Amino acid sequence: MTLESIVGSAWMFGDNVDTDAIYPGKYMHILDKKNMASHAFEFLKPAFAQKVEPKDIIIGGRNFGCGSSREHAVMCLKHNGVGAIIAMSFARIFYRNAVNNGIPVLTFDIEPKDLVEVYSNIMEGDDIEMDFSRNLLETVTTGERFKINPLPDHLLEIIEAGGLIEYTKNKTIK
Amino acid sequence: MSGTIAEKALARASGNKVVEPKEVITAKVDKAMSHDATALVLKQFGSIGAGRIWDPDRAVVVLDHRVPANTVESANAHTLIRKVVQHQGIKNFYDVGEGIGHILMMEKGHVLPGELIVGTDSHSTSYGALGALGTGIGATEMAAVWATGELWLKVPETVNIIYTGSRPGTIVGKDIILYTLGKLGAEFANYKAVEYSGEVTGALAIDDRMSICNMSVEMGTKFATVPFDKVTDKFFKSNFPGALDKIDMDGLTRDPDANFDHTKEFDITDIEPQVACPPNVDDVKPVNDVAGIEFQQALLGTCTNGSLSDLEVAAKYLKGNKVHRNVRMYVVPGSRKIYLEALRAGMIEIFIEAGCVVLNPGCGPCMGAHQGLLAPGEIALSTSNRNFRGRMGSPDAKIYLASPATVAASALEGKITSPSEVTKK
Repeated sequence: MTLESIVGSAWMFGDNVDTDAIYPGKYMHILDKKNMASHAFEFLKPAFAQKVEPKDIIIGGRNFGCGSSREHAVMCLKHNGVGAIIAMSFARIFYRNAVNNGIPVLTFDIEPKDLVEVYSNIMEGDDIEMDFSRNLLETVTTGERFKINPLPDHLLEIIEAGGLIEYTKNKTIK
Repeated sequence: MSGTIAEKALARASGNKVVEPKEVITAKVDKAMSHDATALVLKQFGSIGAGRIWDPDRAVVVLDHRVPANTVESANAHTLIRKVVQHQGIKNFYDVGEGIGHILMMEKGHVLPGELIVGTDSHSTSYGALGALGTGIGATEMAAVWATGELWLKVPETVNIIYTGSRPGTIVGKDIILYTLGKLGAEFANYKAVEYSGEVTGALAIDDRMSICNMSVEMGTKFATVPFDKVTDKFFKSNFPGALDKIDMDGLTRDPDANFDHTKEFDITDIEPQVACPPNVDDVKPVNDVAGIEFQQALLGTCTNGSLSDLEVAAKYLKGNKVHRNVRMYVVPGSRKIYLEALRAGMIEIFIEAGCVVLNPGCGPCMGAHQGLLAPGEIALSTSNRNFRGRMGSPDAKIYLASPATVAASALEGKITSPSEVTKK
């Protein structure tokens, strides 16, 4: 089982990016996809929602997605077409929500102190490729490579199904 | 046998004799709590194509996040939720004004020791105050729980946090958990279960345990539990006699040779009241290090500190005094029951005479949806659980977190002040 490789622009974030910064609480009543998408990183990175393209890749530091269980924080990224989120570590509810929405959430297979290498080699807007078959993140122009931890099989199954809804549907129909 | 409480509870929930950390299990959920996010749960539940909820008696639905409805969209969502609750036969439904989900779960007897409880809210770890395993999940996952009654879980490693020494009179559960967050950091317990022990923990009241388990999620924990003991036993015997009759009491205690990933011990004999500084929950300082910072909004309440004892502490400072003229203070009782008890005890009168605005039970200003947002440049001192940038309104406002005593004492002074500097009545 493996996912198809993706190429997209890098969006760079730091440590402890919290769910209020990803999706402010005042918009939690919104169910419409487009409207939800328009508020992603509204005050943290105002350009994101306008400029993000399908398959773009988010790079984060430690504890990405900490805070609330609000699924809007994942859905607003999904509805913007984000192809993968790669970070040093994730807060657990955000991580599950991402898997449940079919977004690959991956962690760097590097020592935390080496995260600085990632930030010095990838600039925001750079084209990067996530190669799932080799578990490598590669910069398209300079060919810098970073090792990524493979997704556990039980999570890959959910992501491959397109998320927990499809996965549960398949399971209950079987 | 070498199980921690989390391992033993997850073994039971997954129908296994024993489970090991890192093992992926499918567990049966005992209770499922969802709040205003139920609207999104329903959308996802519909997409799965499921018709009936797996067990309407195990679902609890509470409207607490945007109450009374702050927008037409919220009102619409509430209407939809009410309809579905009726259609699905969910009896445990608490409408606008009944209280905050986490507080109601415990107040109404929906939490039993050893149970596995999921909620569409990260602070579902609160249920550990009664010896249960509570954890937050997203709306899609809740839809799957509604459809199947199950979810997959990776059995977490357990961290043992021991509080020793003797607790100073001004120090409450909130100070203890803030202190712990400051020492261990926002990522310390990510993916892990935390179990609290030690003589100080054993002597804490349920309300203090609630603050601690509630805010344990701010260090990333999956579950946070205070082991069942005589305090928990008394809570059930006086509030829900007979509720423990069918519980396997052996499952509620850790085995003598339980394996812990980490053990951390804190002597709290000499700790001061604690304050978390913006914008991180783990940037925690003793109150005297931040004393003198002026603020414009004080908030007393929320799922962390909306209990009767929290209101009681604050009332002791506010009685016969006036909140500083530069400060607006909001008081949010955690539930209708707490509101009524505070009213009958004369506390609500104290708050109103002190110049506070008493709001309806609910999540209120804590998550920045309505009821008291902050303007750019403003500062709040709050008993709530998060001080992230933009949490309570403008991204250019700042939030400090502290105990009810610190918030009430400081509100009188208009600046962050140690409660020991202000005389109680």
